[in-house]
Amino acid sequence: MALNTDEVLAGLAELITDETGIDAGEVALEKSFTDDLDIDSISMMTIVVNAEEKFGVTIPDEEVKNLKTVKDAVDFITSNA
Amino acid sequence: MTAVLTEAPQHAHSRILAMGAARGENAVPNDDLVGPINSSDEWIRQRTGIVTRTRADRGTSATDLATAAAKEAVAKAGIDPAEIGLVICATISNPQQTPSMSAIVADAIGATPAAAYDLNAACAGYCYAIAQADALIRSGAATYAVVIGAEKLSDVVDPTDRSISFLLGDGAGAAVLGPSDTPGVSASQWGSDGSKAGLVGMNHTLTEFRDGESEWPTLRQEGPSVFRWAVWDMAKVARKTLDEAGVRPEDLAAFVPHQANGRIIDEFAKQLGLPDTVAIGRDIETTGNTSAASIPLATHRLLEERPELSGGLCLQIGFGAGLVYAAQVVVLP
Repeated sequence: MALNTDEVLAGLAELITDETGIDAGEVALEKSFTDDLDIDSISMMTIVVNAEEKFGVTIPDEEVKNLKTVKDAVDFITSNA
Repeated sequence: MTAVLTEAPQHAHSRILAMGAARGENAVPNDDLVGPINSSDEWIRQRTGIVTRTRADRGTSATDLATAAAKEAVAKAGIDPAEIGLVICATISNPQQTPSMSAIVADAIGATPAAAYDLNAACAGYCYAIAQADALIRSGAATYAVVIGAEKLSDVVDPTDRSISFLLGDGAGAAVLGPSDTPGVSASQWGSDGSKAGLVGMNHTLTEFRDGESEWPTLRQEGPSVFRWAVWDMAKVARKTLDEAGVRPEDLAAFVPHQANGRIIDEFAKQLGLPDTVAIGRDIETTGNTSAASIPLATHRLLEERPELSGGLCLQIGFGAGLVYAAQVVVLP
């Protein structure tokens, strides 16, 4: 399924809010998951698994380590969905 | 004419008759461990749910803990130890490969000449051993069995390791199983995935240590990957276990997963959609992660705190290094 960046960002923001309570408005492309959004590796993995289901994409464990910013995650999802 | 073999007389069912527990003597708070890992009490509580973990004195071995737990279970079961035909200790932290912990414990509890062997299935060890004891009782290989999960993980902890060290505790939990007129243990779902062997385990071998190539071997894990497998892959195993047992989530009195991490327990319960009526074992909060001992310790605690759960159905699932896993539904003693 073809997804654009805005759709993915909105969908990802929703997953982040569900898992962490962070306001969706805080989830901007340049933000770092750990440094800016304070999302730990366990919450990150929950978000990743939920994103796989939401966007129909596979995100292997080795790839999760490379997703440092929201943009990294959005780019990966839009390229692989 | 060829002679015909005689097989052992079988028992229709097995069940857990009683349980016992022995924890490390010291309640070690998070603050005692945070220095070398540059962390805080708040971080550990938030990340794992752990407030304190029990760690044994230097002079207390996993075998000592196993023996104490087994003695309690045998006394509560009200059986003569001489009737015990099988002792299985599930453990990964016996610092002496042989003789087995099980043979020593069997003798200490008065069960000699019971069959005795140690079982290494990491944090799935207790559930693997329950599966075996159930099968062996039903097939007639033994009438009474003692299954023990026993660990002194503080012997294999690197205090500077941020991946797992602060989770780990010492303790032993035991169950006595015997024949039953009604089903007491469901079919076990068990298995392995050795392709993921690198995700959790000892960081070096004893021979590397012997040859001066490494420090004393300790436990480590790839936390996030283990979390993912432990929740989502194991939730599938848990659902299959319930289906095969003919049990719905709302039929359960209790759910006792391996006490790996409070966050795993939370997410796992969410994935299973357990109603509030199901008691969930959370012994990790004050015992820590005791690998093979964690499920029997958590079950023992649940029964002490909520004796009304006795006779109810409990889904127990262990999962860990290997990777290996095992689950079954049992009737609580």
